[in-house]
Amino acid sequence: MPTASPKTDVVYEVTIGLEVHAQLLTASKMFCRCPTDYANAAPNTHNCPICMGFPGTLPVINEQAIDYTIMTALALNCEIAEYSKFDRKNYFYPDLPKGYQISQYDVPLSTNGHLTIHVNGEDRRIGITRIHLEEDTGRHLEREGRGEAYSLIDLNRAGVPLMEIVGEPDIRTPEEARLYMEKLRSILLYLGVNSGRMEEGALRCDANISVRPKGQKEFGAKVEIKNMNSFRAVERALAYEAERQEAELRAGHTIHQQTRGWREDKGITVAQRTKEEANDYRYFPEPDLPRLVISREWVARIRAVMPELPDAKRERFIETYGLSDYDADQLTSERALAEYFETAVKSRPAEHRLTRAKSVANWVVGDLRRLLNAAGTEIGESPVRPEGIAELVELVERNTINGKQAKDVLEKAFASGEMPGAIVTREGIAQISDTGELEAAVEAAIAENPKAVEDYKSGKTSAVQFLVGQVMRQTKGRAKPDVVSPLLLEKLEKL
Amino acid sequence: MAELWQLSISEALDKLARREISAADLTRAHLDRIEAVEGRVRSFVTVTDQDAMREAEQIDRMRGEGEALGPLAGIPLALKDVLCTKGVRTTCSSRMLEHFVPPYDATVVSRLRQAGAIAVGKTNMDEFAMGSSTENSAFFPTRNPWDLDRVPGGSSGGSAAAVAVGEAMGSLGSDTGGSVRQPGALTNTVALKPTYGRVSRFGLIAFASSLDQIGPFARSARDAAHLMNVIAGYDRLDSTSVNRPTPDYLAALTGDVKGLRIGVPKEYFVEGVEPGVKQVVDEAIKTFEGLGAEIGEVSLPHTRYGVAAYYIIAPAECSANLARYDGVKYGFSARDGVQDLVQTTATTRAKGFGPEVKRRIMLGTYALSAGYYDAYYLKAEKVRTLIKRDFDKAFEQFDVLIGPTSPTVAFKLNEKLSDPYAMYLNDVFTIPVNLAGNCAISIPGGFSDGLPVGLQLIGPSFGEETLLRASDAFEHATDFHTRWPALPQQKRPPRARK
Repeated sequence: MPTASPKTDVVYEVTIGLEVHAQLLTASKMFCRCPTDYANAAPNTHNCPICMGFPGTLPVINEQAIDYTIMTALALNCEIAEYSKFDRKNYFYPDLPKGYQISQYDVPLSTNGHLTIHVNGEDRRIGITRIHLEEDTGRHLEREGRGEAYSLIDLNRAGVPLMEIVGEPDIRTPEEARLYMEKLRSILLYLGVNSGRMEEGALRCDANISVRPKGQKEFGAKVEIKNMNSFRAVERALAYEAERQEAELRAGHTIHQQTRGWREDKGITVAQRTKEEANDYRYFPEPDLPRLVISREWVARIRAVMPELPDAKRERFIETYGLSDYDADQLTSERALAEYFETAVKSRPAEHRLTRAKSVANWVVGDLRRLLNAAGTEIGESPVRPEGIAELVELVERNTINGKQAKDVLEKAFASGEMPGAIVTREGIAQISDTGELEAAVEAAIAENPKAVEDYKSGKTSAVQFLVGQVMRQTKGRAKPDVVSPLLLEKLEKL
Repeated sequence: MAELWQLSISEALDKLARREISAADLTRAHLDRIEAVEGRVRSFVTVTDQDAMREAEQIDRMRGEGEALGPLAGIPLALKDVLCTKGVRTTCSSRMLEHFVPPYDATVVSRLRQAGAIAVGKTNMDEFAMGSSTENSAFFPTRNPWDLDRVPGGSSGGSAAAVAVGEAMGSLGSDTGGSVRQPGALTNTVALKPTYGRVSRFGLIAFASSLDQIGPFARSARDAAHLMNVIAGYDRLDSTSVNRPTPDYLAALTGDVKGLRIGVPKEYFVEGVEPGVKQVVDEAIKTFEGLGAEIGEVSLPHTRYGVAAYYIIAPAECSANLARYDGVKYGFSARDGVQDLVQTTATTRAKGFGPEVKRRIMLGTYALSAGYYDAYYLKAEKVRTLIKRDFDKAFEQFDVLIGPTSPTVAFKLNEKLSDPYAMYLNDVFTIPVNLAGNCAISIPGGFSDGLPVGLQLIGPSFGEETLLRASDAFEHATDFHTRWPALPQQKRPPRARK
């Protein structure tokens, strides 16, 4: 390899663009009526002649998939095409039943949008080049056994609607790439169009990354990174690759356009194929499908049923409930969490809503989420319902129980599914707020401990502490020390 | 009295309804006819005699019990082997699908079954419908009943010959660049290429999806109307089928063409058209004039670019459509001496496809490849638009256009086999209609040296009623469609090509 002189004094900058594939949560596949929930299905059981590419079969567009793509495009501030079409992308692979993939080439469903991420307290706007719709391929597994190498093909996944979201090369750091993915996943989950399960391949990410000396106008040679199956993998792989490319450049080497795969186990990227080996996909318009005409009424109809998105919800939570940026961020990171919070707040009368909201947010973001994580339970499946959290907050607000007791009650409620109020009543752990009961306990303590009363009278103030302790003992800790003390002093003075 | 296999569909339906004959009689007569002539003509890849008899007896039983019967109950028909038939092998006359048994019926096949029609078999064709002579069948060539040394045309040569020789009362073919009309012309049958989208393509094994259309063969316009009444119509399984009401094509046959404006495209009477063919067409025009039609000249200036555009677009689409044949999921799979997946597919295709299919896959792959797309595919699509505009303009002035279906009568076997370009030129007058998507019919127009000459009537989109009305009127004034080939006895049956 020809090497120039090493470049030690140059500062490099990284350019990243992400291509995200998201399976759509439609009931049936993109072009046939087969079900899409193949995750736990036996191989080749979710198939019909259409998704297996049998001769003479024809595709029929799943309109729901178009709806979902338009919805996503609107959420990502894209322009929706008035006219679109499908194309055939031709390439040979055994898991591609027709020998071509129905995709979209030059007239995608939508273009020119953006997504905003929050990095170090700042907003960063990442451009979206286009969003288009295609069909997923099957799966092809290379196996070896009995001294033979063989291939297994599972076509369950073939034909599942797949939305491709192509981002602009606006990302500057691996961290930004992860934040972009997290934000995108959150939006897709809010819309209910994707399961967000990267580990299952329902949400997949490829990245184009290049490195150039700071100030250089043209981009460096683009390297495509594949096989990143988690947010963490995205960040790690890109960090590795950025460093690798920079090291190459510093050593005076040239970066060649190529595709590399992320090896999670080794923490490295490995060359897969060069530009010269790239496919010529020979796109041409899919003749089996009519042109798509997307009326503005259609778009308006979808816009009307769009749920509130994370950013808007976050702003509203801050404004309506006076939440901190942190709490609002946390609560709106997941639609179900945000809805849980809001249901809890609204399950009680409007008075004191602001203070209550703050408390509810603390409980949800803190203890409840800790319990959920430990149990591996989704917020939607939480044994403590939003009404339960609201009740817990109310018990604390009214001084019925203190904060420490509330934590115990929450844990018990989480374990049993009971309402906090019911637990407090049953276990008799409510603090005594009834002064009658408290007075009786104080009088009893005075009557039963004449020595301590004498000590107090003779000026030993520490005797008060002893008497408070007696009251606490008598009430089994249900009395509040700060209420007991003045009451006790008052009685002692009257003696 | 005529033999049962010589009846028209209309006559047979009458006799069946009046119980003068049974469906079993009629089907048996056709199976016997197949038995008698098949050794010389070889229209069929598969004869489904047992199924056919069982279905015919079922129809008779239903009739006996007074059950409601479909409009084609008991009519024996033949199906081009490009149409998927559930449980019956569907080969496309290719080694690749020699043993392929579809688990579904094509929509047209289920519509015919629903109507009570009896399928007597699957007919021979050029492999994957690529060809104009049926010589590209991987199994054997079909002979023209009018001269056994000549081809029946193609690619639907088997379906044409079967109807011409009385092996079936009607049949279905597919027309991508003339594959129904040209064999119709060469065998003296009525052959209709409906408007793109009029008939569902679901279950039609694709050659070129934007051009393919299923059409009927019959021995009269009336019989073709019977078939169209059953096969035409919207199908939700085919997104390119058109959702508009299907007319009653029989009701269109008024026998009256007075005032019908017939245009004669001057580009259809150029060099290359045999004098005998031209003479027949000229005569036919006079016949129409005599029936009260108004004749005028018209120009379709882009006609001569049609073949070139077609041989970009059709191979481009076919290169994708045939990519599914990889030896993995169904059909032929080469196993001997293959080491890995890529080799399996490569060897499967090398052995499974014939030379013409390979030629077109390569043409299409080339035309679509990076750097050539604009020069070839895109340019061809532009030509297609121009050809469509030619027709649109012509139909502002005329109801129907008239001309020869094929520039020649049936040619001899092997005559054009080694010269693909000469073979391609045989479709010069049929291809433009597929590119534009409108409809056309070929009807028996007369004879040249004892060989049939097809008369092509071209209509605008969804102009099938007009085409059938004009054809029916022409049949009233002529007797060409009633003539039968004097099938000579021939000692040696054609041998299968290796």
